[in-house]
Amino acid sequence: MTINMGPQHPATHGVLRLVLELDGEIVAKATPHIGHLHRGVEKLGESKTYHQFIPLTDRLDYTNAMGNNLAYVLAVEKLLDIEVPKRAQYLRVMMAELQRIAAHLIWLGTHVLDLGATTPIFYTFREREDILGIFDDVAGGRLTPTYMRIGGVSKDLPNGIEEKIKAFVQAFPEHMKEYETLLTENVIWLKRTKEVGIISRQDVINWGVTGPTLRGSGVKWDVRKAFPYSSYDEFDFDIPIGSVGDAYDRYVVRLREMEWSNSIVKQALEKLPKGPVIAEDPRVPLPSKEAVMTDIASLIRHFKVVSEGFYPPKGEVYASVESAKGELGFYIISDGSNHPFRVRIRPPSFLNLSALPKMIEGSLIADVVTTIGSIDIVLGEIDR
Amino acid sequence: MAEIQSPIDKLKEKFPASIQEVKTFRGEVTVTVSKKDIYEISKFLYSDPDLQFQFLTDLCGVDFFSEVPRFEVVYLLYSMKNNLRLRLKAKVAEGESISSVESIWKAANWLEREVYDLFGISFENHPDLRRILLWDGYEGYPMRKDYPVEGPDFDKPFVPEV
Repeated sequence: MTINMGPQHPATHGVLRLVLELDGEIVAKATPHIGHLHRGVEKLGESKTYHQFIPLTDRLDYTNAMGNNLAYVLAVEKLLDIEVPKRAQYLRVMMAELQRIAAHLIWLGTHVLDLGATTPIFYTFREREDILGIFDDVAGGRLTPTYMRIGGVSKDLPNGIEEKIKAFVQAFPEHMKEYETLLTENVIWLKRTKEVGIISRQDVINWGVTGPTLRGSGVKWDVRKAFPYSSYDEFDFDIPIGSVGDAYDRYVVRLREMEWSNSIVKQALEKLPKGPVIAEDPRVPLPSKEAVMTDIASLIRHFKVVSEGFYPPKGEVYASVESAKGELGFYIISDGSNHPFRVRIRPPSFLNLSALPKMIEGSLIADVVTTIGSIDIVLGEIDR
Repeated sequence: MAEIQSPIDKLKEKFPASIQEVKTFRGEVTVTVSKKDIYEISKFLYSDPDLQFQFLTDLCGVDFFSEVPRFEVVYLLYSMKNNLRLRLKAKVAEGESISSVESIWKAANWLEREVYDLFGISFENHPDLRRILLWDGYEGYPMRKDYPVEGPDFDKPFVPEV
């Protein structure tokens, strides 16, 4: 029998369509169909200036906007070869890690909801709300903050926000205990996730899978450690890994990751250096509002940067970050003009999803929902 | 620099005729190779015990409209053993096809389908070469430079047949 699952199905986390060929209750063949959310972001990038592309990156993986911003600006900074001030680097790390916690909280709430537990989503969205409140204060936006700028961040921390972040960081370990009490040793949870959606160490590497799904299968690899960006080498954290490569291992890996992210935010807050938050470069960043209002040269420069952008050297660069889903990379080719010749986005969810048939073929149809949830996909990033 | 020279040296030794260009920009090494050897070179880089480029990070197409040959297929390889990235490129002319590397890295399966979908470059020996983001029967290849950003029929209102 052939079953069509999705694209409008609550457990496919967006508009994913799966065609399942069944043999009784066993999935014989699974064929994912994607592209329902294709907006042509890579094509749009070719007709925009480098600054104008930043807001589009928020809308790729909309649960991980800060990480997407960061990956893109890192690529452009590499192309321009500009140095980002230390304070901006630390602020970027802080926001990216808060965003990782928020993204994992959405995943935890919805994944568990798919499997029938209604309670945890109310807990996880409570903490996520705190993080989005922090983003609202810092950047002026909750889901799509567009906080990063080429050369730094859009603005420094507002007054009183450090106490707010500190309060969150202190309270979060207690909240983690609440989630764990509900799930980690819950018999129903163990029965639904243990030995489900297994993928081996060789297979994850061969299929190009990254992120918690890679680490759940026992590969100790993380972009933050392999290619440290934005001063990640100055923070003390570990990479949690699983052993079996099933849905439960991926669950544990993400929980431990949230704890480490919380610790990184704490360290960043303690060590936060003083200084400017955006690079001093006449070509790229916008001059401050005060300078624009008082100084004609800054006004002209502001006009030039907004209307025309800047002209990076010819060349091609690749920069990637560890987003909540895996390795998110931007490959930019510049032909020397003020807009990119080619912007290629390396979406982690795209490759993680391509390994889905490998994980679910031969398993029960009820486990398909578990497996989709456990690899944590976002279709906005897959379809671009 | 000594570290990143070694895959290049090995490639030059093994495939002297097919290395067309080696470039380094901002510390990233790009090797342009001839299209006909892409499968053999990929297999060598994957299986060589010193190199072990077992991770295909990315594969994408680029359209250099008005240049001949027109397209490039870009492979970004990663070796976990050496923590090293290497970018391979092969030039493909319009209407030509290139060997699939799907049998080496499974990751290439969907990535090659995407290049086929958006650029119209076909891959030989790909097990399942269909459009992936756009629907079957879509006309044109949107990532080509001669395809308008707004779409080819943006000024024609869509009137469904009754």
